[in-house]
Amino acid sequence: MISEAQSTQQSSRPASDAVKMRATDANVYYGEKHALKGVNLEIKAHEVTALIGPSGCGKSTFLRCLNRMNDLIEGARVTGEIVLDGSDIYDRDLDVVHLRARVGMVFQKPNPFPKSIYDNVAYGPRIHGLAKSGPDLDEIVISSLERAGLYAEVKDRLNEPGTGLSGGQQQRLCIARAIAVSPEVILMDEPCSALDPIATAKVEELIDELRENFTIVIVTHSMQQAARVSQRTAFFHLGELIEVGATEKIFTNPQHKLTQGYITGRFG
Amino acid sequence: MTELGMTQSTQPKIGVGSDAEKRLKARYRAEKRFRAYGLFSIGIALFFLAVLLTSIVSRGWSAFTMSYIQLPVTFDAETIDPDGTREHSALSTADYRGVISAALEKKFPEIADDRTARRDAQKMISQGAELELRKMVLANPNLIGTSADLWLPASSSVDQVVKGNAAHDESSGLSDGALAKLDQMVRSGALKRRFNTYLFTNGDSRQPELAGLLGAVVGSFYSLAITLILSFPLGVAAAIYLEEFASKNRWTDLIEVNINNLAAVPSIVFGLLALEIFLNVMGLPRSTPLVGGLALTLVSLPTIIISARVALKAVPPWIREAAQGLGASRQQMVMHHVLPLAMPGILTGTIIAMARAIGESAPLLMIGMVAFVVDTPATPLDPSTALPVQVYLWAASSERAFVERTSAAIIVLLVFLAVMNATAIYLRKKFERRW
Repeated sequence: MISEAQSTQQSSRPASDAVKMRATDANVYYGEKHALKGVNLEIKAHEVTALIGPSGCGKSTFLRCLNRMNDLIEGARVTGEIVLDGSDIYDRDLDVVHLRARVGMVFQKPNPFPKSIYDNVAYGPRIHGLAKSGPDLDEIVISSLERAGLYAEVKDRLNEPGTGLSGGQQQRLCIARAIAVSPEVILMDEPCSALDPIATAKVEELIDELRENFTIVIVTHSMQQAARVSQRTAFFHLGELIEVGATEKIFTNPQHKLTQGYITGRFG
Repeated sequence: MTELGMTQSTQPKIGVGSDAEKRLKARYRAEKRFRAYGLFSIGIALFFLAVLLTSIVSRGWSAFTMSYIQLPVTFDAETIDPDGTREHSALSTADYRGVISAALEKKFPEIADDRTARRDAQKMISQGAELELRKMVLANPNLIGTSADLWLPASSSVDQVVKGNAAHDESSGLSDGALAKLDQMVRSGALKRRFNTYLFTNGDSRQPELAGLLGAVVGSFYSLAITLILSFPLGVAAAIYLEEFASKNRWTDLIEVNINNLAAVPSIVFGLLALEIFLNVMGLPRSTPLVGGLALTLVSLPTIIISARVALKAVPPWIREAAQGLGASRQQMVMHHVLPLAMPGILTGTIIAMARAIGESAPLLMIGMVAFVVDTPATPLDPSTALPVQVYLWAASSERAFVERTSAAIIVLLVFLAVMNATAIYLRKKFERRW
């Protein structure tokens, strides 16, 4: 079912083959509903992995397993094994707070806190004790905003509310907020679905830049976006992982009929 | 082409034909009727509100003034301090009644030899006048031996006649001679209506002209302070736990149903509960704002819990996701994000619960805050009444002067309520967030 294909990397950056996260026979149940069925998937370091598939196929569910956001949902149950750098993230001894500091998340709808731009970015470092004093925190905030490509636009109004920014800026603020904690993996759940094409282009550009320092998993409904930003693509259908491989391969020469049907627009 | 034509001819066009026009007219009529119902309901509500306010204000406004009589008072050393010691105990028990008697005789020389006329004249002056003189002398003993024209409070009989609340005849409690003197004083300007400070500086009294609301206001304040101190943290903590931490199961469902039921329980039932627990079992002092506050806490807790839960529910879920996605613990998520955003709603709900508590009389009756208390409570452990109970007590009094004072007390209570509700609206407008 799963066809692995080590094809050409799209960029010239050194690609690491190191596996950052690995899901082995991951199942998710929402009460009676079996939402994710026996998924085996490797997320490689410093790559963008795109999860595609029709609505309700389990791709967001899988994404939320990776930092245990499913814990928040009443009646959700996860079985199987998901490891981050070799250690099981569903281990009893593992503190979910630490996991989420290592695996950050950007959501579908830009969701800045109704606080100032500065406080939005500073919140993560503050609660994790990364920086106590003002100058250290300032540095983290500014560098995070710079890496999110937002600093130039907001440097004169860091104390204004983050909710006053445009949609695209808000989403980049959320990305800055996520990277301020220095995570290793960033999960993005359809980060551009609420943005206009120009803002989308900016965020996609940003994703490509972030790959250098972070491992990225992105859920997207747009196959063009998956093709543009990702190195590897995984196709989900009805809770199952149908096919995973190099993005180029998936889009030019899918092995499975369902994948082919989806990417050519026959269903979805 | 023909096919298209056929389908067009068979399908009736919308909005054409007499049937369609009839339907349209009926729809307009229905809409007009619907609006008329709404306007009618609002009209009825406004009408009754207007009737309520007019009747209360028209009856109560006169209580904010009272009659004062000008008398040529001589602080006669022989009468006040025959021993000349100027000691506090002597001055505070001196015969100020005699001083007023002498002043009346000076003003109306014809009553000097007529005991009945003198007694009738004395009925025109309030007992408060003696207290007034006593206060003046105690504050400044040098007054003894001097004379002055002083404005002293008239008795409630005089006051009611002046205000037109009592008839100008024997039924007012004044004799013909006294009524004649009253008319004479009104003409000569020796009788005036002034602002009624007693209403705000005195506690309850058997003399209507001396009865005030201070004791009740302070009692209500203490009760409400205790209610707020207890019910706000308890209610918010319960709401946060139920909304943010508790898992949804049969137990939490049961608790939720019971909280909703408690909010609908008549307050007198909480009064009985407070009577049993706080007075009989715990032995707390009866008739005190402490127990009143505890009883009102029982009344307002369910309301606060429900409104706080609604406010917490109104915080969008993505705020919680954003916080947890950054690795905030549940407690950090609540304290840093959810609670601050829910606070305006929680405060509004709390103030509305407090507004309900301040107007609550039934539970206070059960725990004995309905006693006749003259002193203003110094602490929440002193016996006291509360505003709504004072209204009840005065409404049950037979003196005519208490009728206007009842309405005045209601006005004061309504002003408190209006201020509290205005605060709630202000807070809601100020901190309201749009997402």
